[in-house]
Amino acid sequence: MLNVGAITEGFVLDHIQAGTSLSLYHDLKLDKLDCCVAIIRNARSNKMGKKDILKVECDIDALDLDVLGFIDHNITVNIIKGEKIVEKRELRLPKEIKNIINCKNPRCITSTEQGLDQIFLLTDDATQTYRCKYCEEKYKGPKKIR
Amino acid sequence: MQHLMSPLDLSVEELDELLALANDIERNPDKYAHVCEGKKLATCFYEASTRTRLSFEAAMLNLGGSVLGFSSEDSSSASKGESVSDTIRVISCYADICAMRHPKEGAPLVASEKSKIPVINAGDGGHQHPTQTLTDLLTIRSLKGRLGNLNIGLCGDLKFGRTVHSLIHALIRYPNIQFTLISPEELRVPSYIREDVLKKNNIPFQEVERLEDVMPELDILYMTRVQKERFFNEDDYVRMKDFYILDKKKMNLAREDMIVMHPLPRVNEISVEVDEDPRAAYFKQAQYGVYVRMALILTLLEVEVC
Repeated sequence: MLNVGAITEGFVLDHIQAGTSLSLYHDLKLDKLDCCVAIIRNARSNKMGKKDILKVECDIDALDLDVLGFIDHNITVNIIKGEKIVEKRELRLPKEIKNIINCKNPRCITSTEQGLDQIFLLTDDATQTYRCKYCEEKYKGPKKIR
Repeated sequence: MQHLMSPLDLSVEELDELLALANDIERNPDKYAHVCEGKKLATCFYEASTRTRLSFEAAMLNLGGSVLGFSSEDSSSASKGESVSDTIRVISCYADICAMRHPKEGAPLVASEKSKIPVINAGDGGHQHPTQTLTDLLTIRSLKGRLGNLNIGLCGDLKFGRTVHSLIHALIRYPNIQFTLISPEELRVPSYIREDVLKKNNIPFQEVERLEDVMPELDILYMTRVQKERFFNEDDYVRMKDFYILDKKKMNLAREDMIVMHPLPRVNEISVEVDEDPRAAYFKQAQYGVYVRMALILTLLEVEVC
């Protein structure tokens, strides 16, 4: 069993689908932060069999919860202070995501209009369907940011 | 300030009010002949459209207003690379209301976000064409007397026809609607219409290939044109374009009170011999298009008529 030390202040992302923590690390732009990050892959999990964990020693405000909610809203966010979990944040599918993914429809105005934000709206909770705000094209790509 | 991007922007109640206003305009055109004096409609058409643009212009002129605008991208600043956002900011200084057609889907919505005047989507690529849907609803309400309790036959290109998709979306809000979808296998409605719209809302529908088999059941027959530009293969287009031709023989199978609609232009899907049949409603439909656009302009400009 590999031991990774506790963090004093920061957050732990738990129940990450095994094997996806590294891409999540990049998607959340954690590589841009000047702080200690531990990436734990294939940890044993009663719930999932195997899971990944990210431990990040910085303020929770550095984390874009909308991006995280879009990528995988089943991830658990634990906020740590004084080496203890002080809060668990529920993730939800964001109603709107801005400039996270691009519309692939070549007939969409977002393909030509300068300075226009790429906005997707959650149109069906049950099927987790996002559609482009402008052309209503369904987003079919991976839950990975551009 | 209100814009119109999709027919579903209007609630059923708002739609009822709009259609009632259109019917009042039809009955009393003189009452509305000067109500928009001093107001200007800008028709910003980034792609060619005879019918829709002239219908909007006729609507504004009938209300006593005036019109300005452009009818192709080449004659606008877009050819110099100007964005839709910048164009509408400028047009807002010149006119009181704008009707915009654009080949890019969502362009009128972008315009509405930056505009100081109401924007009407006059067609954005294959996405929405709300004033055609309003025209269709006014035609049905005026000629059938109701928008519920109808069996509507949609015939032809049901795959690519945005008119048909919008009409389905708009009509499922009314009680006891059923659809008879008549098309060749290759041009059936997309699965999202079948699954997410019809089945999800428990709307009865049947899909058939032969028009003759269902003619006696229909309250409305909505014909559509097979559009050449939708096909990559010329042979497929040639085969599909003559799949349905409505003629006198087929009309003999229909009810006395059925109506035939078509968004126009037609090519050969309705034989000219049907034009004289009292059930042919497609030219009346074009007239209703002007009334409903007049009602829409009045509503969006918030013009009160006593």
